[in-house]
Amino acid sequence: MAVTGAVLVLYLVAHVVGNLKIFYGAEAFNDYAHWLRHVGEPAVPARTVLTLVEVVLAVSVILHMWSAVTLTRRASKARPVKYAARRKTQASGYAVHTMRYGGVVILLFIIWHLLDLTFATVNPAGPAGLPYDRLVQGFAPERWPVTLFYVVALVMLGLHLRHGVWSAFQTLGLANGRSYRPLKIVAVGLSLVLVLGFLSVPVAIAIGVIK
Amino acid sequence: MNFTVGEPLIDTKAPEGPIEDRWDKRRFAAKLVNPANKRKLNVIVIGTGLAGGSAAATLGELGYNVTSFCYQDTPRRAHSIAAQGGINAAKNYRGDGDSVHRLFYDTVKGGDFRARESNVYRLAQVSANIIDQAVAQGVPFAREYGGLLDTRSFGGAQVSRTFYARGQTGQQLLLGAYQALERQIAAGTVAMHTRHEMLDLIVADGRARGVIVRDMVTGEIERHLADAVVLASGGYGNVFFLSTNAKGCNTTAIWRAHRRGAMFANPCYTQIHPTCIPVSGEYQSKLTLMSESLRNDGRVWVPLRKGDDRPAGDIPDDERDYYLERIYPAFGNLVPRDIASRAAKNVCDEGRGVGPGGLGVYLDFRDAIGRLGRDAVEQKYGNLFEMYERITGEDPYSQPMRIYPAVHYTMGGLWVDYDLQSTIPGLFVIGEANFSDHGANRLGASALMQGLADGYFVLPTTIGDYLADGPYGEVDEGAVAEAEIAVRGRIARLLSVNGTRTADSYHRELGKLMWDYCGMERTEESLRKALERIPELRAEFWQNVKVSGEADELNQALERAGRVADFFDLAELMCLDALHRTESCGGHFRAESQDADGEALRDDENFAYVAAWQFQPEGGPVLHKEKLDYDYVKMSQRSYK
Amino acid sequence: MNLTLKVWRQKTPDDKGRMVKYLVQDVSPDMSFLEMLDVLNERLILEGDDPIAFDHDCREGICGMCGMVINGVAHGEQRATTTCQLHMRHFEDGATVTIEPWRAAPFPVVKDLVVDRSAFDRIIQAGGFVSVPAGSAPDAHAVPVKKDDADAAFDAATCIGCGACVAACPNGSASLFTAAKITHLGLLPQGQPERDSRAKAMVDQMDLEGFGGCTNTGECTAVCPKGIPLDTIAQMNRDYLKA
Repeated sequence: MAVTGAVLVLYLVAHVVGNLKIFYGAEAFNDYAHWLRHVGEPAVPARTVLTLVEVVLAVSVILHMWSAVTLTRRASKARPVKYAARRKTQASGYAVHTMRYGGVVILLFIIWHLLDLTFATVNPAGPAGLPYDRLVQGFAPERWPVTLFYVVALVMLGLHLRHGVWSAFQTLGLANGRSYRPLKIVAVGLSLVLVLGFLSVPVAIAIGVIK
Repeated sequence: MNFTVGEPLIDTKAPEGPIEDRWDKRRFAAKLVNPANKRKLNVIVIGTGLAGGSAAATLGELGYNVTSFCYQDTPRRAHSIAAQGGINAAKNYRGDGDSVHRLFYDTVKGGDFRARESNVYRLAQVSANIIDQAVAQGVPFAREYGGLLDTRSFGGAQVSRTFYARGQTGQQLLLGAYQALERQIAAGTVAMHTRHEMLDLIVADGRARGVIVRDMVTGEIERHLADAVVLASGGYGNVFFLSTNAKGCNTTAIWRAHRRGAMFANPCYTQIHPTCIPVSGEYQSKLTLMSESLRNDGRVWVPLRKGDDRPAGDIPDDERDYYLERIYPAFGNLVPRDIASRAAKNVCDEGRGVGPGGLGVYLDFRDAIGRLGRDAVEQKYGNLFEMYERITGEDPYSQPMRIYPAVHYTMGGLWVDYDLQSTIPGLFVIGEANFSDHGANRLGASALMQGLADGYFVLPTTIGDYLADGPYGEVDEGAVAEAEIAVRGRIARLLSVNGTRTADSYHRELGKLMWDYCGMERTEESLRKALERIPELRAEFWQNVKVSGEADELNQALERAGRVADFFDLAELMCLDALHRTESCGGHFRAESQDADGEALRDDENFAYVAAWQFQPEGGPVLHKEKLDYDYVKMSQRSYK
Repeated sequence: MNLTLKVWRQKTPDDKGRMVKYLVQDVSPDMSFLEMLDVLNERLILEGDDPIAFDHDCREGICGMCGMVINGVAHGEQRATTTCQLHMRHFEDGATVTIEPWRAAPFPVVKDLVVDRSAFDRIIQAGGFVSVPAGSAPDAHAVPVKKDDADAAFDAATCIGCGACVAACPNGSASLFTAAKITHLGLLPQGQPERDSRAKAMVDQMDLEGFGGCTNTGECTAVCPKGIPLDTIAQMNRDYLKA
């Protein structure tokens, strides 16, 4: 859980940095997208690095899900009889209780996201469109339900990271009593930065800042 | 109840010679068991507290085939876990003049010259090994910045010999023993039976050969046979119903052994602890001890005037009676446990007690907070204040604590010789269950020391001397069947009464009676009254108790009823012992025997003996006296004025 | 005060069990929670009913034997408190109180509120000790221990083995219990020789018993009567990964 999560978080950081290029204009963004596909050339053929990244990501996602499913199944096996009284959480932090359904929401989102902006099968610009056009048309004001879905999913992602980031340190034995506070602050900060960073693009398009 | 006086009792195992060589001598003289034979020798251990847990673990390590029982769901729950203060040991790490001899001296004197010199000396010798053992097990004793062990002085001792782990020394030591025990369970040398209660001892051909136990989950009556039986079932303070003991603590194991022939020594010696949280109502189920250390800074007082029911804060200083400081100006609030307890009882008897029912005195930190500041007081006693607040709902920073004495420890127990063997061959008794080391009064932080000394170091050596002559062969089936039938009969009888009062309600009444008539202060009159009333109440119990449920299930009502039935019998013997001992000594205060200052007055000429009582089915018990000689400590009268 | 109790009743381990409603009257606010149940049980016995079975012993918060889930919270809502130390003054007159046993597959119900926690003993058996036979110890001052280490070890060692951590954990994990012992012994020099093997054996046994996995929810430490800190689990993970 922790190791695959860490891989995914690192990817998200790179992802958001790339996304923000859109604020430099269409050309900058399309060039960046082009570069992604050709990085490493001519030492390696086109798309080598990108494919490697995609494979690592896919494996991480699958292992992350597999761990989550295993943990959930172990948990329900460990408590076959549920409590009659409504459980009241005693620990601080609501984020921790969103991990499982939040994870499912994020998974659905990723599927949509790939169909929308990677394969562009559900994108108005279509597979032939340039990356910049896919974005601008995908989040056009009249497509607000899509944008809303993105917002919800990204908020879930934020909550997921808020618990996930510090939790990874704990699981890997890298945390101790004194580092809890800084770690949690880092977790909140990182989640906020990522969520805001990711949100800025669709929101900017939806309200017409980027056309 | 009448008694007769029998032959004097002599400890045949005690070696002669200089006191410092006796344990070495005994160890050398004790026969050894061939390692190859140990596996064939079965030992049963009842109880898993400091004594029983450490004994079972150590016997397992030595290679014996051990079977251990406890009534709790795991051995780690035994009530040794609740000991707060610490454990004494003659390490002299402070260089403050402590020594084996001084610990020995203090213990004999503290016991008011009613303990055996040889036993106490051995206890003091072994004490140092206990600390080594516990530290090696990982017991996290308090340490100083230099990394060495911290010690403190405890219970008025003049040297700093008490090792401690915050206020949870008993817990940490017990977990050490528990972990050693679990290690042996994993190794297969100890078979552990939790939720099992011993209900009878099997004695065949004059030897202890096993026990009858009840599986408290299924109700099944089981027989377990062995070459030797070790009782480590703790004290009997719960005869008073309210005590600082755990709810489950009971006398059944030792009482059943007593009825099978093990003599019961000094049953009347009970220790009352002065600083407990008072009773708050009829429903009260137990009393909670507050560490004695509170008296270092708290001042004890009651209103000067009878029936003064103003809140403590509204009573001006000149209308308060700081009675300990008034009566004992030299020691003030730090007088020994029994004196502080009795003084509290006296002012309450005068009608000046505070709180519900007038059974409490104030322990006031106002001056300490004024002098040291709230922070310093919190630093020192924070956890105790919190515990007090949790139980009473009162804030001890803003209003004084209320305290009252409560039964805490029983010095009496089954009689054992120097080898810790009872008068039944093959039956060994260790820890609080025996009578051996504390005389008439136990010093603070000495109970943990004795339990572990017996379990880790003394018993494993001495039991070998007995087992070397084993295995003892087949056990006579007749004896086993007889014990089993007796147990089944008693259970059936309890279930068949079907009366109108619960066992707890009888226990409560018995406890009140014992507290009033055989508690802190005893008189011939009160004891005679108790001896009249106990048989009546017992008869009523057997005719009118209501035990619901069945024998073959988890039945907590049945468990309690069985224990209460045995408490009745024990209570009677306690009162008889208290009545016959017309002197005052240690925890036994006879109002008739006090000096001009109201101090306990011993009668060494007539009572320098251990009173060992032998059970007889008819005609009352037989008293056997074991004379106590003091060659190394001069007998003296204590005074704290 | 008067209360309505909804209590889990289950006659035997195989019985299906159900919640049963009881009215208790004239409850004193100074009663402990268990004393309130005592009073109810006295009544049940006299009515010829089966009293509610519950585990308890020392009633001063240290033996770890008592434990029930009160209104959905292990040991009740008061922090750092065992059930026996919980007092009725924390409840409102007329309230309904739900009382259930610890719920976890490795803690099967024996009867009513009594559960079998022997899984904890087996975790200790797997390695929760220092192998030092009686009489073989060196002098206690032979190895100094840093005060900070001794204090931290003590904090972990105060675990009373009550099982509230398991009861509260949404995953039914025993990580806090196991970690407390691994941390206690792992912080002391005396525990070093067996440190790696201990962590591995204890964690493996914990999994074998059927406890769930830890997802760092922190529910365990929140209900722990002794406030065993969550960083013991990080320590356990560290030692386990190293082993």
